Parts: sequence; C-alpha cells; structure tokens
Amino acid sequence: MALTNETIKQKLQEKFGDQVSGFEEPYGLLTFEAGKEVNLKVLNFLHSDEYLNFIFLTDICGVHYPDDKGRELVVVYHLHNLQENVRVRVKVFTSIESPEVYTATGIFEAANWMERETFDFYGINFIGHPNMKRILNVEEMDYSPMRKEFPLEDQSRVDKDDEMFGRDRMLAF
Amino acid sequence: MRPVSYNVKVKKLENDISMAEMPDGHTGQGFFATKLDDVIGLARKNSIWPLPFATSCCGIEFMGTMAAHYDLGRFGSERLAFTPRQCDLLMVMGTIAKKMGPVVKQVYLQMAEPRWVMAVGACASSGGIFDTYSVLQGIDQVVPVDVYVPGCPPRPEAILDGLIRIQDLVGKESLRRRNGDQYKALLESYGIQ
Repeated sequence: MALTNETIKQKLQEKFGDQVSGFEEPYGLLTFEAGKEVNLKVLNFLHSDEYLNFIFLTDICGVHYPDDKGRELVVVYHLHNLQENVRVRVKVFTSIESPEVYTATGIFEAANWMERETFDFYGINFIGHPNMKRILNVEEMDYSPMRKEFPLEDQSRVDKDDEMFGRDRMLAF
Repeated sequence: MRPVSYNVKVKKLENDISMAEMPDGHTGQGFFATKLDDVIGLARKNSIWPLPFATSCCGIEFMGTMAAHYDLGRFGSERLAFTPRQCDLLMVMGTIAKKMGPVVKQVYLQMAEPRWVMAVGACASSGGIFDTYSVLQGIDQVVPVDVYVPGCPPRPEAILDGLIRIQDLVGKESLRRRNGDQYKALLESYGIQ
C-alpha cells in the first residue's frame, strides 16, 4: 500500500487523537499541528514507525505571528520519507512568554544546528539541546532579529539621516 | 575580410623600458641628491603588494582588474599575496558581515607597518544596500581606511583609480608619519596597540 496523505493522517489520529490537529494539504504537502508537549512523541512516531518511516529531517524553521495571542511562535519541522518520496510538515505552536520546546536532537542528529539557528533568530529555547547557543549571528547580539518587533535595519547606526532616504515620508503613506 | 576599425595603426613605443619619474633634487656631474622620503616613497609606491580580501562580486571585478586586460602589474602590484605579513595594501572587496569584522581586524593587525587599506565597493565602504542587523556598515568601523572606491560593484577602471590614489598616498607619505602622535591616536581610536 502506497503511503498517502490520507493514511498518514489516519495513523496519526489513531495514535495521538486530539493532540494532532489542523490537517491541511497546501500544494499536496500534508501539514498538521502537534501539541507542544507531544512534539517528540509525534516526531519519533513518524521517524520510527515501520510504515511511516520519515527518516530524514529536511528543515526546522521558526515563524512569528505577533497577533496570535498565546500561540505567537511556531517551530516547523519538515520530514521526508526517502523511500516513498513523501514529505510532511509538522507545526508546533508555543507562546512567546515561555518559548520552550523539547529538542529533536535525540531523534535526528541534523536537528542540532537547525535548532541553534531557530534559537538564534527567534529566541526559541530547545530544552535538552546539547549546545544551545547562537550559530549565525555575532555572539554579542542580545535580541532575536527575526521577531517582528525588530526592524530589519541596523538600529545602532547614527550616520543615516532618515529624511535623506525618504523614510519619514514613507511612514505617512 | 572583416574590416578592422581599431588598432590598425602600429604605435611605436616611446621607450623600451618604462621608468618611474625621478623625484625633485639636485643633480651634477656624477651625483644626484634628493630627500630620503622621496626615494623610499618612489620605491614603495611602485612595488605595492596587495592582499585581496574578496568576499563577493567586487572580488570578481578585482579578478578582472588583476588579469591581463586591465593588469594590476602595470602599477607594480602584480605580486598579490595571501599572507598578511608580507603585504602592504589590504584590499577589502565585498560585504563584510558583523561576524567577519574581527577577521578583517585580525588580518589588518597581522600586516607589518607601513600598511594601507582600500575599501572597494559600496558594501566595504558603507554597508551598501545591506542596511541590516547582520552586516557591518563599512569596514572603517573596525580598521582605518585610506581610500574608498565607490560603485556596486566598481568597474576595473575605478579599482585602478583607487590603486593610483593609494600610490599617491604611499609616494607622498612622510617617513615620520607612522611614529607620529596623530597616527597613534588614529590607531588608538580603533583599539589597536
């Protein structure tokens, strides 16, 4: 039996019930939400189940939705079943007050650097990670630059006159 | 036959060997007297060893500048080296991320005096289009810069122009400058020494 989105969804719901939700298939890619407490159980199930066999972690990234109260930060896992060439996307929501998610390094070695990157840019703390520190940005940086409250431009500059760059006027529009 | 509209006239060389101009001085039968500054400046400016620190597209333009067509060798700078200890001129070409800043500074520190720095292109000079949290807004935040070459990226002619300006600075520099208080204060402002 081929691995289809329908069967994956069925297996997950059988195993986890209400803790997995929000199933959708944008462009045919099965996407769902897993509870913050069971993220490792879900990932482990996807990885180790003989039938599902998602052995490859393609990517981890973060998202910030500042307007979604209590669910501001998201960790997105992309998994790949190499034999069947099927992918799934798992989302784990967390509040910005306690941005803490269990680390997936025990299941996927590749999660190590990806989680450090997510920590670097979104300030999401991965509990149990062996080396939770910045990976891409300078170590002195004291904020998470991809969170929406921080503008893209370097705020420490004093030599750029906003008026010269038309920025004051842009705000008026 | 294809009509050729350029390089049709054979141009005779004025001299077989191109010589640097002599500095001002007194000359008589069998002697020539001039200032030591001028002689050393003359020697230095026509044998600058550049250290290319190329991180992006300006580096590609530099490769064009360096190669046969534009030929950095015409200015006595054909001896590029990737060891800071032997080089006189640090050419920083391309975007320098904040994380790369300490590396640029370390390379500068490893160079022996006298040393010069050229910032090639908008990114090295000011951060360029990358007005963002991760990019150093001009290498003059970490090392003192002698010549800025504008452009994004600058054409090889612009890089050559920058080199000629460096040559001017090198040729006219006083031998006492690097021991002076002003120079020491400059380095101090970058936290060097």
